[in-house]
Amino acid sequence: MDAQIKITERPLVQISHLVKSYTRGDQEVPVLQDISLKIARGDFISLMGPSGSGKSTLLNLIAGIDKPTGGTLLIDGEDITQLSEGELADWRASNIGFIFQFYNLMPVLNAFENVELPLLLTNLSRAERRERVELTLSLVGLSDRMEHYPNELSGGQQQRVAIARAIVTDPTILVCDEPTGDLDKQSATDVLQMLKKLNSEMGKTIIMVTHDAHAAEAAKRIVHLEKGELIDGDA
Amino acid sequence: MYFLKLVFKNIFRAKLRTSLTIIGLVIAIVAFGLLQTVVDAWYAGSNSASASRMVTRNSISLVFAMPIYYRERIKAVEGVKAVTISNWFGGIYKEPQNFFPQFAVDHENFFDLYPEFIIPPDQLLAFKRDRQGAMVGRKLADQFGWKIGDTVPIRGTIYPGTWQFTVRGIFDGKDETTIVRQFYFHYDFINEELKRKAPRRADLVGIYIVDVTDASRTADIAKAVDAEFKNSLAETLTETEKAFQLGFVAQSESIVVAIRVVSFVVIIIIMAVVANTMAMTARERLSEYATLKALGFPPGFVAALIFGEAMVLCLMGAGIGILLTFPVALGFANSPAGAAFPAFTVSTTTVALQLSCAIIVAIVASLVPSIRSANIKIVDGLRHVG
Repeated sequence: MDAQIKITERPLVQISHLVKSYTRGDQEVPVLQDISLKIARGDFISLMGPSGSGKSTLLNLIAGIDKPTGGTLLIDGEDITQLSEGELADWRASNIGFIFQFYNLMPVLNAFENVELPLLLTNLSRAERRERVELTLSLVGLSDRMEHYPNELSGGQQQRVAIARAIVTDPTILVCDEPTGDLDKQSATDVLQMLKKLNSEMGKTIIMVTHDAHAAEAAKRIVHLEKGELIDGDA
Repeated sequence: MYFLKLVFKNIFRAKLRTSLTIIGLVIAIVAFGLLQTVVDAWYAGSNSASASRMVTRNSISLVFAMPIYYRERIKAVEGVKAVTISNWFGGIYKEPQNFFPQFAVDHENFFDLYPEFIIPPDQLLAFKRDRQGAMVGRKLADQFGWKIGDTVPIRGTIYPGTWQFTVRGIFDGKDETTIVRQFYFHYDFINEELKRKAPRRADLVGIYIVDVTDASRTADIAKAVDAEFKNSLAETLTETEKAFQLGFVAQSESIVVAIRVVSFVVIIIIMAVVANTMAMTARERLSEYATLKALGFPPGFVAALIFGEAMVLCLMGAGIGILLTFPVALGFANSPAGAAFPAFTVSTTTVALQLSCAIIVAIVASLVPSIRSANIKIVDGLRHVG
């Protein structure tokens, strides 16, 4: 995890004419319409918009947990829309770190085990995994909470465990869906500071969906969506 | 290791539900084991039958006897090594519910044909010497607390009057499959009384037990024996001891079938219970499974988690159930209801069946939840509130 920002000429995320619609009965309901967007490596963008604007759908498509109806979605030059389910799962494991609004930690696993979870998909030995988990938990300031279960942690602490889980595999992109939506003001500020630090010091590309204008200010760039269309995104 | 840790931790998340499901499994496995043991007990007689022994009876029905002079003619048939006699007595000891099989036998050679009964030589000698002597199976003696020298009064139903017998010997079985709940006494004792009181009923034999020199020739020897009495006053039917015993079982075949059906119905019911538990469990954890898939875990991992949980749950229930089956079966065997069965022991086949049923329950119960959870769309799962 080199602490450097590297913005290259080729965008890390290159979205062209992306379309996503759902079929409800006989009707086709458009969610995203002709979205084109470029996100540079090392960027930190906020996707903002009212409910139903399609910002979470766009985030899901970039994260490879949903498939578009049309268009292309290149991540680091690779069109992920062409990957099979199995290939997408492997791709997510090595390229994407997820941070959810409600943390989505495994309640039966303690903080250490939750952070270790994504590393089980790697070839690291047990000792290597332990070393990396301990380092990551110390980065988020939870070295003394490793044995604690999610229900023994505050919301802010749980979100920090989730951040540790997201970065432990050193992914290229962090996708954050309302990461401060369930937190009090102070915890939200702490989490945003942490995301900024991950972006500025570790060079992580961060794509964050938020309703909160204050949270969005933490990003380098804000992209607005409305009714499935980009309002001010760069093509 | 990590997978197992996750499975075990998940199992005990809903402690009450898990405990109730395990209790249900334990009850079902014990009930299944007991019912299978009842079926086994039904066939116990035929299973312990000797291959070299045959039984000759009246061809019309067991109810009709045969003259005692048949014995010498059967003995003369080529391939017959020895012949002995046995009459069903059907008496009552104190109360009708104290049922046990009683036979009037030829005291001189009957036990020579049954080497599976282990009798101390001095007791066998004492039995042979005492006209009113009785030879009693170990389980029967234990059930009623009889000791050598005790007098046992039995009220006859086929042979009227109360008959006094003296326990002269207690026999054990060579292994646990040997039935040791019978009561044997002298044919002569009954026959001599009949000669005095009801001469027309004397000198008759219920069945002849025929020992052959070559067990592979039983079919030919049976034919030869029956041919000997063709067109006689009492034509005979000779068959192997096993076939003879199975004939008894066949009379109550429908009961055995019903018991078998009920035992499997119990398993089907618990299968539905476990399936419901697994379905609820999987539904509650959809967002967790979606998170795992989002992190890059393959659908197979999610399916394996649910399958593993069902398997561990069922094996825990089966383990406790199997362990409990033995004392419960023993308690049943020692109860008045269990006394009706000559042998009531849990076989290894029953244990294997119990284990197999638990595994099948786990597979079937987790099949649908596993497939559904493994195939859930990540975005749908993440939206799910458990």
